[in-house]
Amino acid sequence: MKAIWSIIFKDVVVELRNKETLSAMIMFAILILVIFSFAFESSGVDKNAIAPGCLWVAFSFAAILGLNRSLAKELDNECLQGLLLAPLSRGELYIAKVAGNFIFMLVAELVILPLFVVINNLKFDLQLLKVTGIGFLGMLAIASVGTILSVLSSATRMKEVMQPVLQIPLTIPVVICAVEATAGLLIPDYGENSSWLSILAGFTIVYLAVSYLLFEFAVED
Amino acid sequence: MKQRILAVLALATMIPALYLIFIYAPIEVTQGNVQRIFYFHVPLATAGYVSAGLMFIGSLMYLIKRDLKWDRFAAAAGEMGVLFLTAQLWTAIHWAKPIWGIWFAFDSRGTLQLVLYLIFISSVMLRAYLPEREKQAKLGAVFGILAMIDVPFNYLSIYLFRTQHPQPVVSPGGGGLDPQMWPAFIAGFTTLSFVYAYLFVRRIELAKVEEEVDYLSHLAFSHDV
Repeated sequence: MKAIWSIIFKDVVVELRNKETLSAMIMFAILILVIFSFAFESSGVDKNAIAPGCLWVAFSFAAILGLNRSLAKELDNECLQGLLLAPLSRGELYIAKVAGNFIFMLVAELVILPLFVVINNLKFDLQLLKVTGIGFLGMLAIASVGTILSVLSSATRMKEVMQPVLQIPLTIPVVICAVEATAGLLIPDYGENSSWLSILAGFTIVYLAVSYLLFEFAVED
Repeated sequence: MKQRILAVLALATMIPALYLIFIYAPIEVTQGNVQRIFYFHVPLATAGYVSAGLMFIGSLMYLIKRDLKWDRFAAAAGEMGVLFLTAQLWTAIHWAKPIWGIWFAFDSRGTLQLVLYLIFISSVMLRAYLPEREKQAKLGAVFGILAMIDVPFNYLSIYLFRTQHPQPVVSPGGGGLDPQMWPAFIAGFTTLSFVYAYLFVRRIELAKVEEEVDYLSHLAFSHDV
């Protein structure tokens, strides 16, 4: 348990010192939101109707960037070998990495959401707080799959390029559920959203459990 | 030998199947001749799901047994999935265009097939870009398991997603088949099963030969110079 905490602590301290992952993630997400507002500006579509979709495109692409960086950092100077020597099981190492990635995604989300409200002309109210909650759950789901996929993609010759290729097809249920749940909150009379959240929770639990078991094979030499 | 039997069976059933599909089966009242795509479309779609199951079995067995035989099995299933779903989506767009007036309907089944197709393509790409054979097998198996666990979630979310909204199209053939259509349907299914089995066994054999060639060329180069 202590080892898990120290790996999370290490990730956070490294990030606080160079701030490169978070700044890249946040900047990328903002750019996506801006480009979407330009792309749909002239067509005259209802901004409220596309806002949940734009938000989750921004979130999931920012997450891909963050997940890439988090493993690329470990590959420089063979840091991954050092991590594998740490006194904890492969599954625990996976949990530690997921937690680290999740923390960065949360911080990014908390910065992106207010900007999202401003760009799309929404309101700062209780609904936004609930959207933040859905964001937490969705980000955890993405982190649970993405962390193990980042190990796979970094082993290929294409490195970072493979991350979206592997991750996007596998996170389609996450995106569908999160967008639907968000739309349920932001668009009036859209319908209930509790079943979406339970699918999302089920997805996260299953992926955390399966990846916990499979991580050993993914990092093995 | 096994391959030859399967090849002969596939060919032998293909000719009567083509007869049954194109000549024997009656013309469908509302859709006309276009409906004959059905006899190819449904078996091809089933082949996609079968590939998903085979890929999961192959991946799981590789991680348990650590035998490259199972990795070849899983890799072949992935490639079969790409091949048969390409054909399936090809038939789908040619059926949808004249009947529904659109190339592709994002209804629950169509979307699911598309997502499965994308997953198979990613798994083939992953294997192609991994340099070492051992890594290819191990990481391919890890991805295979993760991807196939994803399928039920995809199914659940897409199904809920698409049925909550009004459907733009009504799925065809909902009312049961004409008795004269059954032979064509069964023949189409049988033939495609044999074609699938033949290509699958053949691909596994080919992968084995590829590995031997790799090994021999590696050996030859290491003794050289």
